[in-house]
Amino acid sequence: MTTLGVWIAALLTLCILSFLYKDNPFYKFAEHLFVGVSAGYVVALTYHNTLIPNLFVPLLKQGDYILIIPLILGIMMLLRLFPKVGWISRWPLAFIVGVTAGFWLITYLQSNGLVQIRETLRPFNSLGNIVIAIGVLTGLTYFFFSKEHKGVFGKTAKVGIWFLMVTFGASFGYTVMARISLLIGRMHFLLSDWLGLIK
Amino acid sequence: MRRQVPLIITFIAGTIMIIAYFIPREPFGGLRQRFSVWFLIIAAFALILGIGNLIKIHGKRISRQSAGWGYSVVLLVGLAAMSVLGIGWGIERSTPFHYLFWNMQIPLSATMFALLAFFVASASYRAFRIRSFEATLLLAAAVVVMLGRVPLGNLLWPRLPAVANWIMTFPNTAGQRAIMIGIALGVVSSSLRIILGIERTYLGGGQQ
Repeated sequence: MTTLGVWIAALLTLCILSFLYKDNPFYKFAEHLFVGVSAGYVVALTYHNTLIPNLFVPLLKQGDYILIIPLILGIMMLLRLFPKVGWISRWPLAFIVGVTAGFWLITYLQSNGLVQIRETLRPFNSLGNIVIAIGVLTGLTYFFFSKEHKGVFGKTAKVGIWFLMVTFGASFGYTVMARISLLIGRMHFLLSDWLGLIK
Repeated sequence: MRRQVPLIITFIAGTIMIIAYFIPREPFGGLRQRFSVWFLIIAAFALILGIGNLIKIHGKRISRQSAGWGYSVVLLVGLAAMSVLGIGWGIERSTPFHYLFWNMQIPLSATMFALLAFFVASASYRAFRIRSFEATLLLAAAVVVMLGRVPLGNLLWPRLPAVANWIMTFPNTAGQRAIMIGIALGVVSSSLRIILGIERTYLGGGQQ
């Protein structure tokens, strides 16, 4: 990191942190720069990691001319920017939606459905296995909204909520820790790399 | 025509992806591979579409000189700089793109997410003021997990890390699993509705 780079990074960090006082022009400047730079980053990355190896090299250097089809579909997608012919973009969109639906149907059924059910149905030979089985069944009961949560069904759903609350609490704890860790990182950068107050 | 063709495309693309999983031989295996690559290419164009839309919106703000148009200039300059430098000079280390990435994007994104620490703290304070059993459970799980992962927790009570681990391994796994199975059921039903043409909202409004 050069000195100029450190100064740029430090000033942008302070611009973002200034939002803790209130919304102000420095924050807005950094916020808009962040959006622009992030969008540009994705453009460059997509060009180098997706378009060059999957489209330009196979089409122009290896003669894989069938790739003209996705190229045309891609151009059709861009017609969305022009309202009069925007309907043409439905064709590539339909392809994307169809492929995604077909792919996720199998993947989710396999990894999020069947594998999780198999791992839940373990022998009840430990407290952990029993807790997991009860937690999954009651949690799923809570997600079943086609029946009113009353009586035994309602009480089972209530136990499901308790398990879900523990899960949310754990996730919340991890999120807070991750954010605090980032904050410590930024403070360390300001005090060490920029100001040189700590080593 | 404008709605039927997309529905047919969706049906064919979705069905081939499903069949290819069960019958990985030709022609389905090859088609699955092809479709996956085509998907990446079209998705890249969808990204260009999004960038085009961003340029259109902020370009309008600048040309009309509406409130805060100067920030739109900043956004477009950032976008242009990263895109041009990245495409023109590459994205490897010691390129101008990498310099901007290291000195602008990383500090900006890290600080933006670090800022959330303060808002999460204030939001959780408000949430935890609801004195119900569920809120207490959430708070207790969060505190135990947080303390169990730092040296202070071990100092307060040596068994705290083990308790945190137990919560993460069993009740947390159970809750996560219930959510995952619920999501899987939702994705399967939504995907079927899309492939069969029952769900058509992705085509947008209008009858044509």
